[in-house]
Amino acid sequence: MSTIDTTCLLTDRYALADSFTYAVAEKAGAYATARKVLTGMQPDAIKAEVKAANIRGRGGAGFPAGVKWGFLPPPDPNKPVYLVINADEGEPGTFKDRTIMEKDPHRLLEGCIIAMRAIGAHTTYIYVRGELVTSIKRLEQGIRDLRAKGVLGKRPFGIDHAMDIHVHPGGGAYICGEETSLLNSLEGYRGEPRLKPPFPAVSGAFGMPTIVNNVETIASVPDILKLGGAAWSALSRLPNDGGTRLYGVSGHVKNPHVFEGPVGLTLREMIDLCGGMLDASRPLKGVIPGGSSTPVLRPDDLVHAPDAAHPLHAWHGKSHLDVPMGVDTMRNLGTMLGTCCAIVMDSSVNMVEAARNLMRFYHHESCGQCTPCREGTGWLAEICDRIADGHATEADVELLVDVSNNMMGNTICALADGTAMPMLAFVRKFRGEFLAAAREGGVKNGRLDQAVVPLLGGRAA
Amino acid sequence: MPFQLTPERDKHADELFTRYPTKRAVCIPLLHLCQEQNGWVSDDVIEYVATRLGLSTAQVKGVVTFYTMFHQRPVAPNVVWVCRTLSCEIRGGKTIQEHLEKRLGCHAGETSADGKFSLRKAECLAGCGQAPMLQLNDELYENLTLAEVDRIIDAVAAKTPTQAAPAASHAAAAKE
Repeated sequence: MSTIDTTCLLTDRYALADSFTYAVAEKAGAYATARKVLTGMQPDAIKAEVKAANIRGRGGAGFPAGVKWGFLPPPDPNKPVYLVINADEGEPGTFKDRTIMEKDPHRLLEGCIIAMRAIGAHTTYIYVRGELVTSIKRLEQGIRDLRAKGVLGKRPFGIDHAMDIHVHPGGGAYICGEETSLLNSLEGYRGEPRLKPPFPAVSGAFGMPTIVNNVETIASVPDILKLGGAAWSALSRLPNDGGTRLYGVSGHVKNPHVFEGPVGLTLREMIDLCGGMLDASRPLKGVIPGGSSTPVLRPDDLVHAPDAAHPLHAWHGKSHLDVPMGVDTMRNLGTMLGTCCAIVMDSSVNMVEAARNLMRFYHHESCGQCTPCREGTGWLAEICDRIADGHATEADVELLVDVSNNMMGNTICALADGTAMPMLAFVRKFRGEFLAAAREGGVKNGRLDQAVVPLLGGRAA
Repeated sequence: MPFQLTPERDKHADELFTRYPTKRAVCIPLLHLCQEQNGWVSDDVIEYVATRLGLSTAQVKGVVTFYTMFHQRPVAPNVVWVCRTLSCEIRGGKTIQEHLEKRLGCHAGETSADGKFSLRKAECLAGCGQAPMLQLNDELYENLTLAEVDRIIDAVAAKTPTQAAPAASHAAAAKE
């Protein structure tokens, strides 16, 4: 295997002492790009660079950020444009945006300044999960420092484009990571998603044109402008999916953590970069590639793409774990790239229990607005309980599939699909385990943490 | 007596209104500010927020009940949230919670016998790579071992005065 290039751009200040302070970040180069861009480039030129960078949204949907910016209507003095940063990181398995906000909040703030200039916004709201108190404190301190330096205010870097940034704490609800639900929450309502269209670019926060971007997407903007869009894009191993990105690995690896690498690392490389499997005696069983809503992959499933025209033909016959992680490659594999934060599960994990854990999560987090989701997530959780507890028949396994299929595509937002897709994948790829539990009176050992109890210095009750 | 913010928090609240084009957008930040002072979101707090935002109490209550961070009943001065979602669960989340239940003498959703801690199960807290983890008040504690959990609880318990009998909230909270 070729050596893995773990270029540090986005993370190049992470290791500095007090990297979150203005003084340290500024000394290490923060705001140099913003100054150059604001004083020397027109908004259209900035947008062109971001488009050339081919940056796919880092929040999970993978929509090209440069294209999204292009959806704004023509400027209208009566319609202020808002930039809203989605920092409601809560997708199970995902813990990357928190590292930016805690270790280098100034990279995000610099990105906001450049983005506001590009899209003609004067105000940014950073919607941060309420639980992430350290992130909120460090961003707020950063904003105070920027105001004191005049970087935020009437004339940032001397140009006539007033700017301000506010941190808005959430109240604790997974659904608020959905962009329209986030906007409702920002406006002081229950976090229930809105029907689209109108899309936020036309009518978003407070009914005004709004661009909603993920933390990592905007934190990448300074590097894109510093290197130039095309050069930044070329850092990637894949076409149409540019740059470097944050990868996260949790679960049964030796050293779970977040790191940066070019777009297109494989899951196997990610596991290697985290020191390999936690215990050599317990082989890899399944990987959830990009947050819990993305369908699980098995290491022993091979890519079947004999047709030379198939987009995955280059990996024909290889394990799913050897396909590069990109928005398009993962979609062609029948899963999703999501947030690019993988959950690694070894042979100690019972997949019925793993599915049950996630279905409980989605049942808890469904906002209740749409019936297929409110009822569907509840029934999936209940049927998983029944199978795991030994009160089920084999027909209940089919019922999981049936309920899932009736949720997909029938709701306002993607939470129902994000529940049904992983549920279907668990059943399809580990059907034997579900059928055995249904047939044999449940899961014999339901604990998911039995294997790691010795590491905690205690014994299971 | 009706709920009032302290003068310092009141000033902070005034500043919040300058950030948004509508009054209603202040709802969640203002609720956080009130809960920080009052410990939980009582009917008096809801009344106060509604009056200040020009909303009905039903509208504010609708917001309060939607979000998990707002306590709708009194809680202990310290709230422990143990993450039980998949990444933590496969690295020991359940063991951590069982240890805390034994240690505090209460189940998740209840308050400890000494009234110092309320124990809660949490969904993913964005610390998956440092699992198992928990949140205690404003702090996230990660890469936990049982000894580490004891150390954290000891340190916070020592700083917390013994509480009046929590019996009422004990039973009520268990229903949540």
